[in-house]
Amino acid sequence: MERILTRWIDIPDLRHLNVYEAHGGYKALRKALFDMTPEEIINEVKASNLRGRGGAAFPTGVKWSFIPKDSKKPVYVCCNADESEPGTFANRYQLENDPHGIIEGILITCRAVGAHTCYVYLRGEFNLQKRRLDEAIAEARAKGYVGRNIMGSGFDVEIYTHRGAGAYICGEETGLLESLEGKRAYPRNRPPFPAIQGAFGCPTVVNNVETLTNVPHIITRGGDWYKSIGPEKSPGPKLFCLSGHVNKPGLYELPMGYPLKDLIYEVGGGILGGKKLKGVIPGGSSFPIFTAEEAVKVNMDFDSVRAAGSLMGTAGVMVMNEDTCMVDALRTIAHFYHHESCGQCTPCREGCGWIEKLLIDLEAGRGRMEDLEILIDAATNMEGNTVCVLADSLSMPVKSFVPKFRDEFEEHVRLGRCPFRETGTAAKGHAAAAAAR
Amino acid sequence: MPKVTIDGREIDAPDGVNLIQAAERAGIEIPHYCYHPGLSVVGNCRMCLVEVEKAPKLQIACNTRVADGMVVHTKSERTIRAQKAVLEFLLINHPIDCPVCDQAGECKLQDYYMDYDAQASRFPLGKKNKKGKALDVGSGVMLDQERCILCARCTRFFDEVTHTSELAIFERGDHCEIDTYPGRKIDNKYAGNVVDICPVGALTEKDFRFRMRVWYLHRTPSVCGGCERGCSIDIYHHRGRIYRYKPRYNPAVNSYWMCDEGRHGFPALQGETRLTAPLAQDKDRLVPETWASALRRLASRIREFGNANGANSIGAVIGAQSTNEEAFALKRLMVDTIGSDRLATVSWSAPGASGDDELLIRANKNPNTRGLAALGLPAHGLDALANAVAAGELKMLIVMRADLVRMLGEEEFVRRFGALDYMVVLDTDANETCQMANQVLPIAAYPELEGSFTNFQGRVQRLSQAFPPPGQALPAIEALARLGHALDGGERPSSAKDVFAEMAAAESSFRGLTLEALGPNGAELAGLSS
Ligand SMILES: Cc1cc2nc3c(=O)[nH]c(=O)nc-3n(C[C@H](O)[C@H](O)[C@H](O)COP(=O)(O)O)c2cc1C
Ligand code: SF4
Ligand code: SF4
Ligand code: FES
Repeated sequence: MERILTRWIDIPDLRHLNVYEAHGGYKALRKALFDMTPEEIINEVKASNLRGRGGAAFPTGVKWSFIPKDSKKPVYVCCNADESEPGTFANRYQLENDPHGIIEGILITCRAVGAHTCYVYLRGEFNLQKRRLDEAIAEARAKGYVGRNIMGSGFDVEIYTHRGAGAYICGEETGLLESLEGKRAYPRNRPPFPAIQGAFGCPTVVNNVETLTNVPHIITRGGDWYKSIGPEKSPGPKLFCLSGHVNKPGLYELPMGYPLKDLIYEVGGGILGGKKLKGVIPGGSSFPIFTAEEAVKVNMDFDSVRAAGSLMGTAGVMVMNEDTCMVDALRTIAHFYHHESCGQCTPCREGCGWIEKLLIDLEAGRGRMEDLEILIDAATNMEGNTVCVLADSLSMPVKSFVPKFRDEFEEHVRLGRCPFRETGTAAKGHAAAAAAR
Repeated sequence: MPKVTIDGREIDAPDGVNLIQAAERAGIEIPHYCYHPGLSVVGNCRMCLVEVEKAPKLQIACNTRVADGMVVHTKSERTIRAQKAVLEFLLINHPIDCPVCDQAGECKLQDYYMDYDAQASRFPLGKKNKKGKALDVGSGVMLDQERCILCARCTRFFDEVTHTSELAIFERGDHCEIDTYPGRKIDNKYAGNVVDICPVGALTEKDFRFRMRVWYLHRTPSVCGGCERGCSIDIYHHRGRIYRYKPRYNPAVNSYWMCDEGRHGFPALQGETRLTAPLAQDKDRLVPETWASALRRLASRIREFGNANGANSIGAVIGAQSTNEEAFALKRLMVDTIGSDRLATVSWSAPGASGDDELLIRANKNPNTRGLAALGLPAHGLDALANAVAAGELKMLIVMRADLVRMLGEEEFVRRFGALDYMVVLDTDANETCQMANQVLPIAAYPELEGSFTNFQGRVQRLSQAFPPPGQALPAIEALARLGHALDGGERPSSAKDVFAEMAAAESSFRGLTLEALGPNGAELAGLSS
């Protein structure tokens, strides 16, 4: 298959403007500025059925169309480069290797929604990535592609890069906006939605890095072309972050709808150590886990994964082999959400900690059978009752791990210890976890 | 007006109100912690989750504006489950130290637990997070971080109302805690309000905590006498002692707030110097006597001076601490009964007192300056009285609620008024002026009487009697009615209601008003456009 989003693999130095332009770069921007109205750009993106890659899979063109036309206030575009979901590492490679692809996507988006300012919110650790993007913005500015009167069109866009101070919640779009405004990244209650009241109280579009990099290709080659890649309702080239117990973990570009089985066994070279597959979380740590039997039947696109009972999220595919202690895996996940809950709303602030404490006890063999019911209950009570969906992001793993691997949870209680403690890959994790506690 | 249906009842709710307010109109309680009508909506506690038809998820009532045709269920299975869930979550890391918590009895965690949860805990006590307790965070506020439910009312108050932002939430997740910034403390004149709005025992008042269990306290609506703003307050008292003031909502005056100075003003009303019996000069001492003898003595003095030197040899000074009724009654007595028009008013604030600010505090520390003016009493006029004394025209002075000696200094007082033949003081406390008086009549402090103050905006506000005055002290209007009777044998109204009615008939500024009809928010003087 043709590489579209990861062309840097085939084109050395794509991150430099001259190379990027030599391979057709900024042609889409020219087209968007001179040959298309904002309305036409939005319609083309709508027609492509592009859906957001940041986790929520919302149709991008539809999101843009929520921005009020002729807004009296300025309109902002925010590029979400906070990439903090566990097992997710696509944006970082894009920032390092294809910054102009991101810039071009941003500029076209600004034209579509009438924005003259874009903030790129980068996660705090993205040092090299920010440098690369800043260099590319400087190159583009020197060439008249960023700043005033872009390409002589009379259209202005300023792009600012902003590094976060390091919290998962800064990636949640309204937490991001608060943080951008210099406040604590407390997610906002909606309504109002960012399209009406986003950054600094003005209409704002927030899009993920990967989402934006699809845009120039859609403008150049058309929505129909885009839709022909993978399933029509969830189409396009997709970056998969494969991690865990596979022989060849890494970042892979594949068409939407690619079978998960092939991703693990062919692209990923099969399970590490020739072991058996036990479970896969298909979308980063925030979503329900698939058992091995479920996993091998699923195609990797938003609708198929949803139909199979999980969500594709960021397409961070985390593979676990038969040596994995599922109690410990869930405990690790709970530790993450407990640590990252912003603490604003009651169910998440208290529930994440409660769940982690229950799982620490269960894993250590101090659990009780009724704890399994409490886990499900606490998770259910968090779900849908909070300001943002971080709470659901722990609830979903809990409510899938516990029923799907119930035997393992019960065995911990019965034995009064972890059956994986001395053997298998979990042993290493235990040592690390014990040291951390 | 949009029509919403809440628990099967159709409610007309004004545009823009949220579901908590709409439900309240129909007497339906939607439990809530973080929502406070005087602050921005944050929607973080999730206690107010309710089922709204057609919405897939439960909605927070505080952030949901009424819309025509909306159907809401506050007692459905889903709503009840969410309420129990939120309370269970809130109690997970709560220290459950209610027996030693001073908020007990007025704690929303206790109340809602009884009303909406009432189930056994599923979280072991030993695993609770530990945080700071009994922290002195400044301005008389004590903080218990473990009891805090992180509703952010206090931080919003300092962010949005005082703009001083001394408190903030630190850390993340269940390690979140309210605190001051390193090396800083709460330092503003309205800090006590955060204690009022904290729904739990996390913020308590240093001066009040552990002094009285709140269930023994009675509450009487009143007005703060601390300055000419006249914030609406509730007086909390027990067996004739005041334990605290809290602001009472009044959209026309103080919203939900009051200043700390006013809040802590009550100890001055119940100090050691309170007068409990009439006093009369006996050589160089003041000795107690009965009201009967005091009034007989005073009436005969008034007659003597009137007969010997004319009615205008008798004057009166009315302090702006007096109520409308007291000032009116004394004016009436002077003009109609005695026949003198030598009247002066005093509206004095101690040097160094706080000045006007942008929120509530007024530099004029008298609650009724505007009321005296509305009665047509001269502003000041003390110089004219002093001149009359110097000219030998003024011989006798009646002083009500004005500590002239403290105000002028002893030397100056003696210079101006030392030549007086007779001075009678009506006041609550044995102040410096009493020491110079020939006669002293003990009167009620404003929490001990019925009546009204008129604030600087011209709003007449009602005072209610929390408890009777101490000892033989009387409400001043009653003392004046008795004095009038002693002078001419006539009957005068001695209740605030009747004096007010006379005042409304006689004084154009008060026309059309009655004491009862003032209502909880007060009413504007006649002729003021609202
Ligand atoms: C807790 C949390 C963390 C998130 N972190 C990120 C992130 O790091 N990057 C991102 O693009 N979206 C993140 N999202 C999703 C954003 O809220 C938002 O949906 C997305 O940026 C929209 O862009 P898209 O429509 O292009 O996907 C996060 C959401 C949640 C609830
Ligand atoms: S759900 Fe969790 S992360 Fe999201 S706002 Fe509430 S406390 Fe913060
Ligand atoms: S101290 Fe009180 S008002 Fe402040 S956040 Fe905690 S519970 Fe709310
Ligand atoms: S009162 Fe609505 S969320 Fe707190």
